Amino acid sequence: MIITFFRNTAQTVRAINQKYATPHLQTSRMVRVCLGMLRGYLILLIGILVFKFVQALH
Amino acid sequence: MNILSKLYYRYKKILKTLRLYLLIAGPGIIVMVADNDAGGITTYTATGAQYGFHLIWFLILLGPVAYYVQEMTVRLGAVTKRGHAEAIFHAFGSFWGWFSLLDLVLTDWLTMITEFIGMTAALKIFGVPAWVTVIGACLIMSWMVLQGRYWTWEKLALVFCGLNLIYVPAAFLINPPIHEILRGSLIPHFPPGGFTNDLFFLLMANIGTTIAPWMIFFQQSAVVDKGLQEKDMVGGEVDTAVGSVLTVVVAAFCVILTATLLPGQHIEDAATAAIKFMGVNKHLGTCLAIGLFDAGLLGAICISLASSWAFGEVFGWAHSLNHKLKEAPWFYAYYIFVLVLAGTVVLIPGAPLVLITLFVQVIAVTLLPAALVFLILLLNDKETMGEYRNTVFQNIANVGITAMIILVSTLYGISALFPNLLK
Repeated sequence: MIITFFRNTAQTVRAINQKYATPHLQTSRMVRVCLGMLRGYLILLIGILVFKFVQALH
Repeated sequence: MNILSKLYYRYKKILKTLRLYLLIAGPGIIVMVADNDAGGITTYTATGAQYGFHLIWFLILLGPVAYYVQEMTVRLGAVTKRGHAEAIFHAFGSFWGWFSLLDLVLTDWLTMITEFIGMTAALKIFGVPAWVTVIGACLIMSWMVLQGRYWTWEKLALVFCGLNLIYVPAAFLINPPIHEILRGSLIPHFPPGGFTNDLFFLLMANIGTTIAPWMIFFQQSAVVDKGLQEKDMVGGEVDTAVGSVLTVVVAAFCVILTATLLPGQHIEDAATAAIKFMGVNKHLGTCLAIGLFDAGLLGAICISLASSWAFGEVFGWAHSLNHKLKEAPWFYAYYIFVLVLAGTVVLIPGAPLVLITLFVQVIAVTLLPAALVFLILLLNDKETMGEYRNTVFQNIANVGITAMIILVSTLYGISALFPNLLK
């Protein structure tokens, strides 16, 4: 039963990924710059979180 | 006779407009008042106790900030008929969609725990055991959504919003110094002692409580579930404006209460303030405790719904409050599951509740900038929004507000992780 649940969930996730595979927003220069900055910001934040985690372990 | 008929005509027109507004009103008021959740009330009571009436002007300034951000969700929801999670998936693809959805689920769940902490602390003052509060709150919240009608849920939520205004009559019980309040409200100034690190931290906390990621997801989904159309947009915007006024009123009166009765005292949480109030005036302590419980309950209702709507939109489940339990089993199951899971954590002996509260601030920081940036980009998409896209003035205001919120919430999150960094 658990295996069936996970299999169904994986199928649903694959279907969602297929449905939204192509972004529908016009990728203007502004959109590209904003998304790039957002990626950079999130990488920085994750870096800080990892640093804090390592610091807490020590 | 002509004047009388004109007056009568105008009266009827006003009455009609008011009736129309009352039909449309709901999501804006609920989201804004729910914004003053358990964490918000704690921040306001601490602000009043530490800095008196000196920062009321700052809280008033945060009203328009909340309005400008939330108003965008009304337009986006009414035009696209999609909730925010679905809109992100559709516009930016599955990578950003999953990031937003999973981050929202985690943030909401952690925030829900803080709401339960607030509710249990509030009722503990009256001797109610934590497990009774958790079970009672879960039952009330489940009963509210299982009515099978959005309209019923909304009106019940509005009753809880009305209860959140309990701080207003409570403040009148203590005869606060009107002159000082007016000075603190109308003249922007820093408290005696100037701009210190403590003050900066508290200002960041106040801004942090003004806009939360779940608010964006909640209001847009609520607008869609309510079925608001483009023609209802003005009503929806007025609703949001009324809500932003109410949120400032509640915040200001919380500050007035603690500034008058507990000046200079260190307040760690709103429940402590309520206990201290009990010593001064039993009725006031009761009011603050009831207000704190109500704030936690209202916050938990909206936060849980924000996640359930988001999941329903993306997974394609039936996800309307107009559906009966049988028609939308996954939507309601998820809603109740989140409630029970968050409530259970509070009951675990020795659960790291302080760490969870800290984590909420940090995790919210990862989602809020993304949600705000997506909101502005979506509102500028000519193809989707047409004539309802952001004007130049709205873009200037919203980009400025977003930049400020990102900067401040990032500093707030970092200062939560490294408390000595900004001192």
